[in-house]
Amino acid sequence: MEKNVLTVKNLNVSYEESEGKFFQKKKDRAVLKNVSFTIREGEVVGLVGESGSGKTTLSKAVLGMLKRYEGEIVHFSDKPQMVFQDPYGSLNPVKKIGWILSEPLRLKGGYSKEEQKEKVEQMLLKVGLSSEIADRYPAQLSGGQRQRVCIAAALMLRPKLLIADEPVSALDVTIQAQVLKLLQKLQKEMGLAILFISHDMRVVYQLCDRVLILQDGEIVEEGPVEEVFFSPKHAYTKTLLEAAGILEEGV
Amino acid sequence: MKKKKNYNLILGCILTGLVVVFVLVGLVYTPYDPEAMDSSLRLAGVSLAHPMGCDNFGRDILSRVIKGSGTTLFVALGTVAIGTVAGTLIGALTGYFGGIADEILMRIIDALFAFPSILLALVFVSLFGSGKYNVMLALGIAFIPSFARIVRSEFIRCKNMDYVKLARLAGAGHLRVMFVHILPNTLSVLVSAVMIGFNNAVLAEAGMSYLGIGVQPPDASLGRMLSEAQTYLFSAPGCALFPGIVIIIMVLGFSLLGEGLKKTA
Repeated sequence: MEKNVLTVKNLNVSYEESEGKFFQKKKDRAVLKNVSFTIREGEVVGLVGESGSGKTTLSKAVLGMLKRYEGEIVHFSDKPQMVFQDPYGSLNPVKKIGWILSEPLRLKGGYSKEEQKEKVEQMLLKVGLSSEIADRYPAQLSGGQRQRVCIAAALMLRPKLLIADEPVSALDVTIQAQVLKLLQKLQKEMGLAILFISHDMRVVYQLCDRVLILQDGEIVEEGPVEEVFFSPKHAYTKTLLEAAGILEEGV
Repeated sequence: MKKKKNYNLILGCILTGLVVVFVLVGLVYTPYDPEAMDSSLRLAGVSLAHPMGCDNFGRDILSRVIKGSGTTLFVALGTVAIGTVAGTLIGALTGYFGGIADEILMRIIDALFAFPSILLALVFVSLFGSGKYNVMLALGIAFIPSFARIVRSEFIRCKNMDYVKLARLAGAGHLRVMFVHILPNTLSVLVSAVMIGFNNAVLAEAGMSYLGIGVQPPDASLGRMLSEAQTYLFSAPGCALFPGIVIIIMVLGFSLLGEGLKKTA
């Protein structure tokens, strides 16, 4: 039986919201309502929803970046790692790629300089970059190369779960396809589970095993990709599919 | 494309280099003892033996300018060091963590900002006495707010960047994130601020010594020399002219260097 890497049970998150007036009682606005799901080992789960539906909040909660939440988030492995949408902001502009990639190893400790260098080189090759890149600064790389470096950085410590927040939507269409292929390859090689956050239904269909549809902080539909895409039950899922041109209108 | 030459940087380096060489030579060699008086040479004009002439006590001005530049530079360095280190620490902590401590510290700094730094230093010196080290400390403290502000705003800009979040996720502690990941990103701004601060420190030291509350005799400093020379401005202009020229070269050199570095960053 496959093991779970992440279980989220009845997750509720709300943000304090004030309208910028003094002495006004702060109101709580619910961002996530009773969200429950699991991710199994080596499984790619898509999380789809429009902006403002709580996708980013959910990823933050899973990564432990939220202080205030109710519910249960259980990890069955080491800390999950993250790939952000914007490869320009994800890499420290004053550090060389080699330094950025070896930082997780330094933080974990127990690796000699040579081991670090070797691991960085291996990882660079794994994400389809040459090892010379280690001596360059982020500004000297293209968007696609940067996103490959980001993926490499996230995988340095071989996490069991990777959270990818719109990892390809800032890239050119041709580069998008390459990076998606890379993610697929790495996922198979490393037995990685991925929580793939996206608004692009086509990309989700290509990459994911299962999909969660999030609307206004609630999971309105979930299931295997084929099932959700070809026999959507919820009206919102249908709207999303129609907007992406996958489902014909009125069918 | 042909790279445009950075004349500011080149000229700044030359002038600053000149001053530094001048001061370093002064550490081991001056033509005469800068404190040796000779009444026969009182206010002597420019001559081969005394290329800048002598002051009202018959002391060789060239030797005193060399020693005095050293003192001025030393005080300016110390001032900027205190201001930069303390300002960076305060700015980094307040910018990174924010919250109530940030509010309180920044209001204090705003209040400090309301006074000209020279006035703050004046108050400090009148409380704790004058002298080289007190001037340094006084000016250093007066310089903290400007550095703290600059560093704070840079930290606020950087702390929400994705690479900071990723560093935290990879397991970096707050201190490591602040000083290993974020601080190097503020360097380009900090370096030019340090250069400008250096200028202000040179001028402030000269100003305070000129007012008689800075470096005390027998230490020579450029401001002190100007102050002593003002009575003889017409009978022996060299007494004021040469220290003045060195101050100009120093300040010009550092501002050009600062401008030049800003362009390369």
